[in-house]
Amino acid sequence: MSAENTTSKETKNPAVDGSQLITFDNVTKRFGSNVVLDNLCFDVASGKHVTLIGPSGSGKTTILRLLMTLVKPEEGTIKVAGEYLTHEERNGKLVPASERHSREVRKNIGMVFQQFNLFPNMKVLRNITEAPVHVLGLAKDEAEQRARELLELVGLTEHIDKYPSQLSGGQQQRVAIARALAMRPQVLLLDEVTSALDPELVAGVLDVLRDIAHTTDITMLCVTHEMNFARDISDDVLMFDAGRVIESGAPEKIFSDPEHERTREFLSAVL
Amino acid sequence: MTDLTWGLWELLLKGLWLTVQLTVFSALLGAAVAFVVGVARTHRLRSVRVVSGAYMEIFRGTSALVLMFWIFFVLPVGFGWQLMPMWAAILALGLSYGAYGSEIVRGAIAAVAPAQQEAGIALSFSPWQRLTKIVLPQAWPEMIPPANNLLIELLKGTALVSIMGVADITFGASLVRNATGQSAPVYTIILVMYFVLAFTLTRGMRVLERHAKAGIGQAPAAKSGGLRRTARVPRQAEAPRDVPTTGGAS
Repeated sequence: MSAENTTSKETKNPAVDGSQLITFDNVTKRFGSNVVLDNLCFDVASGKHVTLIGPSGSGKTTILRLLMTLVKPEEGTIKVAGEYLTHEERNGKLVPASERHSREVRKNIGMVFQQFNLFPNMKVLRNITEAPVHVLGLAKDEAEQRARELLELVGLTEHIDKYPSQLSGGQQQRVAIARALAMRPQVLLLDEVTSALDPELVAGVLDVLRDIAHTTDITMLCVTHEMNFARDISDDVLMFDAGRVIESGAPEKIFSDPEHERTREFLSAVL
Repeated sequence: MTDLTWGLWELLLKGLWLTVQLTVFSALLGAAVAFVVGVARTHRLRSVRVVSGAYMEIFRGTSALVLMFWIFFVLPVGFGWQLMPMWAAILALGLSYGAYGSEIVRGAIAAVAPAQQEAGIALSFSPWQRLTKIVLPQAWPEMIPPANNLLIELLKGTALVSIMGVADITFGASLVRNATGQSAPVYTIILVMYFVLAFTLTRGMRVLERHAKAGIGQAPAAKSGGLRRTARVPRQAEAPRDVPTTGGAS
């Protein structure tokens, strides 16, 4: 999988070696008068697994939604793999990006949602192959082959011919992970992917993600309340509060010896 | 009813056939209009939404009968050609029922969870691909029950054409009434005819609805032959648990 990721031929923007894959530069996002992100700057290097933690409403999910262009920043710029995401350069000026430009840059990014969001009108196999075939232009056979491999990875081979409504939440979420990976993104965004699951189904999904984190070189940006999972997979943890990063560092440091009082409070509440 | 001769029956049956044709052609036109206008009303460009909204308001707010006369009598003055009464009727019915139908299409599209659009964006589908592969297939089963209502309204609305001298069942009935001088039998007969047509339409739409729902894994397909069957789908709450037999994850 890791080898495939780096040689993947449909990846238009190969990882910029040693440099930052994602860059937020002074990004401000407001909803009405509510400032969700306040002049946020941060980078994620290629191949790193970064976890965003913090109280709800602190802007973590908004970061993922900005990267997926589901919401647009009021100020600042976001770069992915060296390309502006929400802007493009025209005659040396930065102008708001066209839908087409955003879509091209977005091809580097995959996302798994809290509510799975599988397409209920497609069976499992087609959920996974539809975008590779119609967006990346893969041959149907190749896309199906890839889908079968991914279903094996997430342990759902025998459910290939079912509709999403015939699967449990945990199974749906694992299909959603396979669907995102089928696009061979450089970055995988995980938005509270276990929050909507019954407690007994959480472990299965987290095991799959651990496996992916440890065996591939995919960059992960993860919003989660599963602190043990965050500790297992993260290279870096960013603690958010009120739209700002108030503390960041290696998980061992953040989880066992946080500097900031707010971080201590938050961790004692969730751990 | 024994005093209805074969010739008079023939008049009614020919009228019945014409009513069927009128209904089918106006429904096809109306469905096309409904889809184009309904989808346009959800377009991201405001200008497209305004134009399609204006169409909907204008054609929903005008009488189909007057529109029919307008197309038949006024349009020729401007364009120098006149439609056959039957085609003028189909045009008028299709355009006005299409305006009603566009609301059904728009409403069903709006009822698809926004998260489905987001999932489509996350997979880099183009807006057109998101519409045709994700949104419309899910909106489609929701459209069928209200469309059935509208279709029956349309069927009964075709009786308006009799005023323009198009020989549908209602027109046939008035000829028969004039010939026999009896109202009761003939109007009872066509009442039953309309009902049978409407009932047939409803049965057809039911089959279509079941088939459409099965296509998004929502309900069992119809018991009637020819349609693919899917297992009854458990509700989310009672969905199968991840037990070791499902392969676990790691």
